[in-house]
Amino acid sequence: MAKRFITLLLIALLAYMFLPFIVEVDETSQLNRVAEKYVTAGPLELGAANLVTAVIVTYRGLDTLGEIVVLFIAAVGIGFLLRKPSKKKIAAPKRSSSEILRTGSDFLIPLLILFGVYIFTHGHLTPGGGFQGGVVLTSAALLFMLSNTEARFNKQLTEVIESVSGIFYLIIGILGLILAGGFLDSRFLQLGEMGRLFSAGAIPIIYSIIGIKVGMELIGILEKLRKEEI
Amino acid sequence: MSPMVAFVHIAVLVMMIIAAFLAVILKNLLSAVIALSAASLLLSLEFYLLHAPDVAIAEAGIGAALTMAIFIFAIRATKK
Repeated sequence: MAKRFITLLLIALLAYMFLPFIVEVDETSQLNRVAEKYVTAGPLELGAANLVTAVIVTYRGLDTLGEIVVLFIAAVGIGFLLRKPSKKKIAAPKRSSSEILRTGSDFLIPLLILFGVYIFTHGHLTPGGGFQGGVVLTSAALLFMLSNTEARFNKQLTEVIESVSGIFYLIIGILGLILAGGFLDSRFLQLGEMGRLFSAGAIPIIYSIIGIKVGMELIGILEKLRKEEI
Repeated sequence: MSPMVAFVHIAVLVMMIIAAFLAVILKNLLSAVIALSAASLLLSLEFYLLHAPDVAIAEAGIGAALTMAIFIFAIRATKK
């Protein structure tokens, strides 16, 4: 009885806590100071049509580096926890995937890979970017894992690609420090014409590297978890 | 906001609450995970309606697809 009362009390308090968000919130009609600076100066300084990308990759580039590091640490942690190889040899999976899944995934996987690459190479023009593109690449890999239960991803290869792209990301950051305004400044390449694929300085390169790194990292995580499962 | 858009917002949010509730009360773990993933997919639709396509793509990929896959791997590994 007391337990139920405390639960209800907690729910009521939580509702009371969120009440101001519902009652007092109204749509803002003007940008705050920081946002206004980004909106006015961003397209001129960086030449990216998608302002969100300009903020994520350049203005807040250090935060993005931090996110990449967090993801890397998560992948390393999973690898550390699941490092012990299971005693019994990997048993053959109970059944192979169905004909429908195999045929459908044969059609879908190339399209998904193409879409993922499109998302991260066009990160400065259209919504999306490195993280989203990497996740779409991983979903293609997941479909491949589901449809080909026997096949394995080469763990060394994914790790090497991931580390190399991480190193390149830092090298580009340091290049920005030397040639342009600061660490991860993307203006050491030509800004070009806004809206073109090769524009906005180094933003497309940085986002492609992030996309490949995130994709390989998540594929590695999925592969480790899948190995554990069988 | 036009009434049509407001109606879509309300419908998506109500379905999200139902899916989240199902995820809590369903006893079968696989069904619960699928309900959770449906809630994530609806959340990504809501992000898109709120003009945040960047977040919507990430939520659809991570919340709806990868999280569900990892949960299902975990359920299958713990069942035997």
